Amino acid sequence: MNFDRRNFFKTVCVAGATLAVGNSFGAAKPDESNIEFQGVLYDSTRCLGCRACERVCAKNHELPEPKDELKAGVIRKTSEKQRSVINNYVTSKGEVYVKKQCMHCNEPACAAACLTQAMYKTKEGPVVWRGNKCMGCRFCMVSCPFDVPKFEYHSANPKIEKCDMCYDRIKAGKIPACAEACPGDALTFGTRRELIAEARKRIFENPKDYVNQIWGEQVAGGTGWLYLSSTPFNEVGFNTKLQNSSYPELSKGFLYAVPSVFVLLPPLLLGIHEATKNRNQANDEENE
Amino acid sequence: MNKQAQTLAKDNDGGSIFKFILSELRPKGRILTPFNIIAIPIILLGIVLIVIRFINGIGSITNLSQDTPWGLWIGFDVVTGVAFAGGAYVLTFMVYILKMEKYRSIVRVTVLNGFLAYLFYAGALLLDLGRPWNVINPIIGNSFGTSSVLFLVAWHFLLYMIAELIEFSPAIAEWLGTRRARKILSGLTMGAVIFGITLSTLHQSGLGALFLMAKDKIHPLWYSEFIPIMFLVSSIFAGLSMVIFEGSISHKVFFDQISEKNHKAQSGILQGLAKICAGAMFAYFFLQLLVFIHSKNWDLINTPMGYWFLFEMIGFVLVPMLLYLYSYRTRNILLIRLAAILTMVGIILNRLNVSVIGFKWDAPVHYYPSWMEIVVTLTVIFTEILIFRWIINRMPVLRDSPAWVEEEH
Ligand code: SF4
Ligand code: SF4
Repeated sequence: MNFDRRNFFKTVCVAGATLAVGNSFGAAKPDESNIEFQGVLYDSTRCLGCRACERVCAKNHELPEPKDELKAGVIRKTSEKQRSVINNYVTSKGEVYVKKQCMHCNEPACAAACLTQAMYKTKEGPVVWRGNKCMGCRFCMVSCPFDVPKFEYHSANPKIEKCDMCYDRIKAGKIPACAEACPGDALTFGTRRELIAEARKRIFENPKDYVNQIWGEQVAGGTGWLYLSSTPFNEVGFNTKLQNSSYPELSKGFLYAVPSVFVLLPPLLLGIHEATKNRNQANDEENE
Repeated sequence: MNKQAQTLAKDNDGGSIFKFILSELRPKGRILTPFNIIAIPIILLGIVLIVIRFINGIGSITNLSQDTPWGLWIGFDVVTGVAFAGGAYVLTFMVYILKMEKYRSIVRVTVLNGFLAYLFYAGALLLDLGRPWNVINPIIGNSFGTSSVLFLVAWHFLLYMIAELIEFSPAIAEWLGTRRARKILSGLTMGAVIFGITLSTLHQSGLGALFLMAKDKIHPLWYSEFIPIMFLVSSIFAGLSMVIFEGSISHKVFFDQISEKNHKAQSGILQGLAKICAGAMFAYFFLQLLVFIHSKNWDLINTPMGYWFLFEMIGFVLVPMLLYLYSYRTRNILLIRLAAILTMVGIILNRLNVSVIGFKWDAPVHYYPSWMEIVVTLTVIFTEILIFRWIINRMPVLRDSPAWVEEEH
């Protein structure tokens, strides 16, 4: 086997170029800890269960108006037709209403999973889906720890549906439609820092009304949507086993190893190739 | 090859290649073979189903749901299919890098198999994409999701297919009788091999890394931060077992193509592969054991999923490993084949356990594939086999290269 060294160097150059591109992309990413993300604080003790938020959400995003009834203990899920739901949980403290929608994670697993950046964490805070980029692989659904993204399985032009915190309204200086529509003042829009301070204040002032935890402050590396509750969070449909560190962190180790493999493995293979070539020749000579 | 084709093939670099290809396109041999009688109706049905899927959406023919976004098409076609295609990078490593000349006669057919597997099984991914027209986005670069493992895997599929095509291309040149092209193409082989092995180690493990973020959804007996390494190590014996299995069938079906010398060499090759498989499986079993002990999941063993885990690890890793070892010692070719089949079942189980069965194992409604998903999967597999047969019957893959190749060396 005669081997052309030039080809090999071409290969290495291509690999090098890929790496360079990869690195520059990594560098272009802003340091997320410096940005003030906006979010929403949901206080379940103030929620009346009127579902005004559900209706206004459907109207704003051209989805069918939710008609099913709200029954205590019957848990409805968000779906490709409904981005936000109110449920009535039967808990140790009686019946409690809780709203569910996308958590708008600080470091979203869905966006880290998306190979086209269709899922995207905006600098304002909302995590949005961009149909012109999405190829419908559903890796975001596999990865989201809260099982939020929903897919239109019965469409030839399927979309991923999930809450986008009314990103268009936020850009226009308005607040999310649900927060505006809520008659009980259960939804407060603001920067994450303000919201956490406000939540702490409420817990401090009325310690009897709340469990001493803000759901979303730490879970999954922190989320834009924050929750206050009168009952432990596992009683109102939250998976309290989720990790507190960010989910994209889980695959970072692997991704960081990729460039090293690309740099180290080809020369190693080439080295072995050269070594065995000589050995074989030596063998041949001995045999002759 | 018929007479006319042979004369055409002899005159190299000529303008008659086009005519030659036309004549080669016609089917050779009997049409009504048992395989065709089963495969062709299924393929036709599969095509109808695929049309329905593109008109009415993925949900119209699959059982996928909001809870189970990935089913048989990803879990079996892509994740398992690519593991089975791993034989190509392992063999090219053995033959081109380590110079284990014994295996040279089966490199071509393995690379061809690998290439077709990627083409079809990774191609099956397109059927599963909801918005396949956007598939160019991550390739043309207007939206690079560089933090995505899937981005890496997709790119590697693409590049690896090119590398394998280059590795295989001398066979195409020999078929067409283009001497100059053959010379250039075989000069590229070594670069393609080195590049291909690197890509393979990364995307075999990358397929495992896809599931790293689904930490809370995959059963803890199958989830660990070491999934990528498990997938990589198991792809070695998955690929080689496929080589043993496929080689055993090819030797019967394409008997007349294989030279006397290579027929005699076959049992030696199978024994060598059996030994390597046993070694890789030992390493894999040991890794699984370490991870299990480390994760302290003892209490999970005494549950239905725990029995299922033991069934996979003992019945389809430990047993075939011992079988490989024993059959290697006793030179029992039949047992080697049996071990290969058990190993392959084990790989199917493992990949499905990670990607489908163990995924949301605790959900109230569990996913199982619809008959239509299975038909489409069979369509993909059968079409691949048909193309494989078409190539084997025409190009020097199993049979020796034409005489002029030797002359030039
Ligand atoms: S909750 Fe899920 S969909 Fe929403 S931002 Fe977080 S990872 Fe993405
Ligand atoms: S389905 Fe769309 S948004 Fe989700 S990961 Fe795939 S390309 Fe991204």
